[in-house]
Amino acid sequence: MNIILRPGVFNCLNIHRNMSGMVGIIEYTIRNKLLSLLEAKHLDVINESHMHNVPKGAETHFKVVVVSDKFEGLPLIKRHRLVNDILKDELQSGVHALSIIAKTPQQWDCSDKVVESSPTCKGGFGK
Amino acid sequence: MNNLLRRSIFPIYANSLKLSCRSFADVPIKEKIDNIVKNNKVVVFMKGVPDAPRCGFSNAVVQIMRMHAVTYDSHDVLSDEDLRQGIKDYSNWPTIPQVFINGEFVGGCDIMLQMHQSGELIEELKKVGIKSALLTAEESKKEEVK
Repeated sequence: MNIILRPGVFNCLNIHRNMSGMVGIIEYTIRNKLLSLLEAKHLDVINESHMHNVPKGAETHFKVVVVSDKFEGLPLIKRHRLVNDILKDELQSGVHALSIIAKTPQQWDCSDKVVESSPTCKGGFGK
Repeated sequence: MNNLLRRSIFPIYANSLKLSCRSFADVPIKEKIDNIVKNNKVVVFMKGVPDAPRCGFSNAVVQIMRMHAVTYDSHDVLSDEDLRQGIKDYSNWPTIPQVFINGEFVGGCDIMLQMHQSGELIEELKKVGIKSALLTAEESKKEEVK
């Protein structure tokens, strides 16, 4: 499997730009919701839509890296459900893929803070 | 008389049963999924088929299963629109792929990947009587060292 390494970003306010250099409205909403509802200590919202068979500037495929105290004591599946739930509206209205990395601050500090890129598309989008 | 009564009532009863089932349009797909996940130890709902996955995330799950040499039942959601929506409702999980072990929803691609990396997947498989090929390989290595 080809794995492209991407350096971790340590600043919550850092905003990943998509291919056209603009931050989309959905990316902005996802960021705000996760920051406020999970009080994220670290947050990465990465628009990976350009890796897929969708129009330029689309907001369909995202990866989020969330570091929050609220994950303490929760198994992975519950952490993911929490994030899915917060982003329910987005997932129902056009966000098609959401990859989640959910860690507690302690886990994040112990990790190498490197976020692997999602697997490449196999062209099955929507059909 | 009793016999006669039974015969005349039974068809009515049977008919109304059929009707009541049909009035809940989501019951059949839920039952279908119930059967699928309860009759197989490991089930993967994915896009495409194991030999030709049509989504990178589904492909990642297939690769993980292959590494552990797990036989599993796979279902292509792209060839069945009812299943595609049905499985999301069934597990209350918004994305595909979805993995079930022993009838229970375990997670999607991210969770499988992390369970694979942490060794948790080997343990989960063990619980349902499946020995991961990675465990077998590890054991034979230890044997060689001895």
